[in-house]
Amino acid sequence: MVADRPAGRGSGWSLRIPAGIGLAFILLPLVALLLRTDWAGLTTHLSAPVVGQSLRLSAVTTSVTMVLVWLLGTPLAWLLARSDSRLTAWARALVTVPLVLPPVVGGVALLLAWGRRGVLGGPLESWFGIGVPFTTVAVVMAELFVALPFYVVSVEGAMRGLDRRYDQVAATLGAGPVRTFLTVAVPMVLPGIAAGSALAWARALGEFGATITFAGSFPGRTQTAPLGVYAALEQDPQAAIALSVVMLTVSVLVLGALRSRWLR
Amino acid sequence: MNGAGNRRRRHPRRAGIPRVADRRASSPLRTLAPALTLAALPLGACAAGQDSAGQPAEALTLTVLAAASLTDVLEPIADGFEGDHPGVDVELSFAASSTVVQQVNEGAGADVVALAGESSLEPLADEHRHGDVAIFATNQLEIAVPVDNPGAVESLDDLAQDGLTVVACAEQVPCGQAAATLLEEQDITVQIASYEPDVRATLTKVELGEADAGLVYRTDVAAAADRVRGVAIPEERNVVNHYPAVAVSEQELARSFVDHLLSDTSQRTLTDAGFGAAPTDP
Repeated sequence: MVADRPAGRGSGWSLRIPAGIGLAFILLPLVALLLRTDWAGLTTHLSAPVVGQSLRLSAVTTSVTMVLVWLLGTPLAWLLARSDSRLTAWARALVTVPLVLPPVVGGVALLLAWGRRGVLGGPLESWFGIGVPFTTVAVVMAELFVALPFYVVSVEGAMRGLDRRYDQVAATLGAGPVRTFLTVAVPMVLPGIAAGSALAWARALGEFGATITFAGSFPGRTQTAPLGVYAALEQDPQAAIALSVVMLTVSVLVLGALRSRWLR
Repeated sequence: MNGAGNRRRRHPRRAGIPRVADRRASSPLRTLAPALTLAALPLGACAAGQDSAGQPAEALTLTVLAAASLTDVLEPIADGFEGDHPGVDVELSFAASSTVVQQVNEGAGADVVALAGESSLEPLADEHRHGDVAIFATNQLEIAVPVDNPGAVESLDDLAQDGLTVVACAEQVPCGQAAATLLEEQDITVQIASYEPDVRATLTKVELGEADAGLVYRTDVAAAADRVRGVAIPEERNVVNHYPAVAVSEQELARSFVDHLLSDTSQRTLTDAGFGAAPTDP
C-alpha cells in the first residue's frame, strides 16, 4: 500500500518512525478484527438472523438514499458551482456543516426537526398522523443527512472545474439551463459523480449515531448493519465480528473503486 | 457513561485529564466503547487499576463500572466511600450492564462492577472475579410516560393498544430482559417501536416525547420525576431484578467497595432513590 519511492534527502528515521506508528495505528485494529474472526464458522455466524436482516435493511435504505442523493445533490452541486452570488457562498459553507457535525448531534437535530414534538414533525403528526421517528423513513433521512454533503462537495468541485465555454456553446445552440445541465455538465463530470457517490454511499452505510438517536433500533425496520453490529456484540460476538468483516470488505471494495483517486 | 472514553473525575487533581461534566450516558461514546476496547486490545492498552506493587505516592484510583440505572445513586455512595478512605479516588463509569461485562472481559481496567441483573453477570469470565458476589439492591419496572401522557396510558394493559409508540431496552440489557419477561408472563402483546441500548436511552426517548411509553425502572422514573410521569405496575405482576456487585481486580479496596454497597448508609441512599434493599437471606 505504501508507494516505494526512492527516499530523498531528509526522509530519514526521524520521519519514518512516526509515519510507521501512524500506519500501524490504523492497520492494527483491522488486523485484530481479522485475527479474531472465526473463519471456519463464518458461514454459520453470517446466517445469524441479525446479520441478514440488518444487511438487507442497509442495502435497501442506502439504495434509496443514493437515489435521493443523485436527484437532490447533483442539481445542488451544479447551482453551487455556477452561481457567483454571496448567498451561494453561504449555501456552500452551510452544506458542509453535516460533514463536521458529530453524527449523534445530527440525530438530535433531526429529532428536533422531524420528531413528534419537532418543528416540522409536530404539524405532520397532528395534521396527517404521520410519525417519522422509529420508521425506515427516519433511517433514510439520517443517512441522507450525512451522505448528501459528501456528494455535493465532491461533485461541486468537479463541476467548478468545467470550462464555462461549454455552457456558452450549449446556450448558443439553444439549450436551456436544464438541458445544459443534463447534456453537458452531468456527462462531463461523471468520474466526479462516481467518486462522490462511492464516498456518500460508504458514509450512509456506516451511519450510526444519527440513526440510533433519530430512528432507534428495531430489527428489520431501523436496525441497520452498524446498529446490528452494536446489538450483536454483546449477545453473539462472533456474529458481530462476521458482520464487521462484511462491512470491512465492502469498505475495501469501495476504496478499490476510488483507487484512481487515492492509491495512485 | 462508558468505560472506554468517559471517565468522570471527581477530583481533577492530576493534570492532563479533562473533566467531563456530563452526567448522562452519551451515546456516541457508549457506541464507541466496545470498538475502542477491541481496538485497544492488540496495543496492550490497559486503563486504570493499579496492582499491589507497593504503596503509590499519589491518590489511589478505584474504577467502578456500573449499570446505567445506577447513574444518579452511585455518586453519593462513592462520595461516602472516599470519606471513609482518605486518599482514595473513586472513578465512576456507566453503560449498559452487558457492555460493562464485555469491557471487563476484553481487558478494560476496572476494580468493581455493579450490574442491574444477575443474568448479565454470567458472561463475566472467572479470571476477573475476585471475592464474592453481593446482591446489594433490587429494582422493579415501571412505565414512564411523557408528562402530558399523549397515549393516555394508565395501566400495563394499555400498552397493548394499537398506534401506541412504546420503547424498551434491548434484550441483552437487564431492563430489556425484565421487560420481555414481564410482557410474556402477563401475556401482553406490545408493538415495540425501538430497542434502546440502555435504560437511560429508553427514558430519554420518553422525556423527548418521541415515545408514548417506555419500560424503565422505578428508580429511573424517580430520577426524572419532573420530566416524565410514572405509571406503576402492581407488585404481584412485576418482575424483580437483583443487582449484583463483584470485585474484578485483586485490590483489597475493591472488595471494601462491594462491602460498602451493603453498609447502612449506602442502603439508605439506595432505598431513598427507589431501589429495594439488599435481600437479607443468608
